[in-house]
Amino acid sequence: MSVELPDTTGVVEQSPEEIADLLGDLAIGRDDHLNAPGFVIKPDTVVETLRRLRDDAGFDHLSCVTAQEYEDRYESIYHLTKYADRTQEVSIVVPADKEQPVSQSANEVFRTADWHEREAYDLVGIEYDEHPDHRRILLPETWQGHPLGLDYDQDQPQVVPLREHANPLLEDQEAEGDSETMFLNIGPHHPATHGVLHIKTVLDGEQVVDLEPDIGYLHRCEEQMCQNGTYRYQIMPYPDRWDYISAGLLNEWAYARVAEDMADIEVPEYAQVIRTMGAELCRMAAHFLALGTFALDIYGDFTALFMYSIRDRERVQNILEDLTGQRLMFNYFRLGGVVWDLPEPREEFFEKTRDFLDELPTALEEYHDMMTSNEILQLRTVDTGVLPPEVAKSYGATGPVARGSGIDYDLRRDDPYGYYENLDWDVVTEDGCDNFSRLLVRMREVEQSARIVEQCVDLLEDWPEDERTIQSNVPRTIKPDDDTEIYRAVEGAKGELGIYMRADGTDKPARFKIRSPCFSNLQTLPEMSNGEYVPDAIASLGSLDIVLGEVDR
Amino acid sequence: MSSDNQQPFVTDSSAVVTETRDARLAGQDDRFNSRLREAFGSSPFILTKFDKFMNWVRGSSMFMLQFGIACCSIEMMHTYAVKHDLDRFGAGVPRASPRQADVIIVPGTIVSKFAPRMKRVYDQMPEPKFVIGMGSCTISGGPFQEGYNVVKGAEEVIPVDIHIPGCPPRPEALVYGVAKLQERIANGESAPVVVKPYELEQFGDLERDEIVDQLAQEIDTEDLVMRYNWADSP
Repeated sequence: MSVELPDTTGVVEQSPEEIADLLGDLAIGRDDHLNAPGFVIKPDTVVETLRRLRDDAGFDHLSCVTAQEYEDRYESIYHLTKYADRTQEVSIVVPADKEQPVSQSANEVFRTADWHEREAYDLVGIEYDEHPDHRRILLPETWQGHPLGLDYDQDQPQVVPLREHANPLLEDQEAEGDSETMFLNIGPHHPATHGVLHIKTVLDGEQVVDLEPDIGYLHRCEEQMCQNGTYRYQIMPYPDRWDYISAGLLNEWAYARVAEDMADIEVPEYAQVIRTMGAELCRMAAHFLALGTFALDIYGDFTALFMYSIRDRERVQNILEDLTGQRLMFNYFRLGGVVWDLPEPREEFFEKTRDFLDELPTALEEYHDMMTSNEILQLRTVDTGVLPPEVAKSYGATGPVARGSGIDYDLRRDDPYGYYENLDWDVVTEDGCDNFSRLLVRMREVEQSARIVEQCVDLLEDWPEDERTIQSNVPRTIKPDDDTEIYRAVEGAKGELGIYMRADGTDKPARFKIRSPCFSNLQTLPEMSNGEYVPDAIASLGSLDIVLGEVDR
Repeated sequence: MSSDNQQPFVTDSSAVVTETRDARLAGQDDRFNSRLREAFGSSPFILTKFDKFMNWVRGSSMFMLQFGIACCSIEMMHTYAVKHDLDRFGAGVPRASPRQADVIIVPGTIVSKFAPRMKRVYDQMPEPKFVIGMGSCTISGGPFQEGYNVVKGAEEVIPVDIHIPGCPPRPEALVYGVAKLQERIANGESAPVVVKPYELEQFGDLERDEIVDQLAQEIDTEDLVMRYNWADSP
């Protein structure tokens, strides 16, 4: 019983020394992190370094860009890894001057750096040379100061304007005097945006000429909140609220994993099985909502499918409520395990879960009858919103979006954690690269999650009573050593959910950076929509399945 | 009109049932003192009663604005959908346009960039309008209260009729809150007067100080702006 491993032939594994040789004079120092070797480079050699690592060593996935301010300098960290082998990682550390923090943009090598660097500029204040679109991204453009910098005064007043947005193509058009374009605001209050996303769209007739997602309408300072909380208890409630579509346990696992690796905490096997089961139930609930709202976007009203998906979510939520005591914000994981054991009587819980799993094939059949075999939906989704795998990789797309473009990448298998290694399941991929493939991937992932849950229930049922340890012995206060840095990710419902943490010797993290999968996935929207029809752009947005709480954090 | 048809319009009065008319003409039944009037009470001012009737109607048929912000909107969707089915209480028709809605449920954290937009959406709703604040974030900012970007409660921007605590409130709690609001509307109770520190105003009308001077280059004097005085927030 084990998951089939990916084909890694042709993927060369480099030791830190080999990478050091490859970089040669570009590396001016070492700054190793717990998860990866780190190389310090000069701020004007970012493009050269990243290109060499991508082309000669196969580091083709820029997972995250972390920016932070120290007492004496600024620092941007590029966390690189490989789509073909997630366990190989390298961190590129770029220090910048304290007075004039300027660094070269990596946008030329990895398109995903565009938004990541804009965020770094917005929140920390590092400026990026040669950046194509250097402005704020999360905060309003008139904001004063950089809130995650060291000398930010949170009490200073701010002024936020409510402007009419101008058509960015109007000037070109007046000069040429050809066809007329129309500017269309979609959002921030719009039923198809799944929250408070604003999309600036320029239309020529019914075709999209230019499309730009405008985010930040739900930027509620999650990173600051986590930096103000203690490792042991105060941070865990916040991950529930990043991806709030019932994916709470998956997010909690991201924090649990990074903190446990940092403080070297063991998790008992029994707790790992419970975590795996809970996380997969969450994934099912999250995918159900993705299906329901996708149908909402395509068919345009509260149709039967939406009701079906809510019905199935209610079932999952009932099980999760029995397990954790909450419907949505579980706060169930603890460092070193979970907070309590399965509910008593255990048989009842197992029976309830099995009942749900038994009825699932019928429910999925209904979905297939009404969605995937529906001609209208096929017309709207097949061959629309095409995202080729190379483009997806350049934008750092992960999760169902990457797997719908044929990229065989799943952290549960490629960078194993929890109990996934010992279970029998498959990574789902589809080669269509279109909206339909992404929908299919989600539907098939629900089946795989059900397989995992079923095996976990079997395991838990037979678990000897005297070995049911739910938490290992963890000190009440956790103080990792000064200047310990780590970046770790898990497979969330939307993709690779990573966290970077730096300890400074106290019981709170000095820097807490969240790598949200939706943030990277949403960046691909203009690629999929420019030149297409407006309704296809809406379908593409629906198929990305973003959640704004995670995009904006 | 044709001039041939000079004859006035005549009905066969024998075929018409004239009982009611006859009774009225005979003064046997005073139409202005009917049984219906007795049922309503003897007050001659029908307007008061009409208000009462309208309040009851308003409370019994509420159109909600389809308005999602954050985590609470997931529970709000569950409240609209099967199992909890808010429609049972005459309040389950989500309208996508604010111009068709009576009630706005504010389901989530409000941040600086969104508050002016929410105010604009609220302003676009026709009178009378009601606001339900869902979750702790609309009460005080909830778990994000200390954030640099978070507005400390919906009441800083728009008046709220009823607050539903929880993070997030269960669908049952939302149903209870909606029912409470309906009861208050039906009884004609108006929303409490609250202080709204943050209003949309023209940039030119702002008090001149350091930050306004800094932004004078970027913002036109006629642009609508919202000014956040974070230090004065609770």
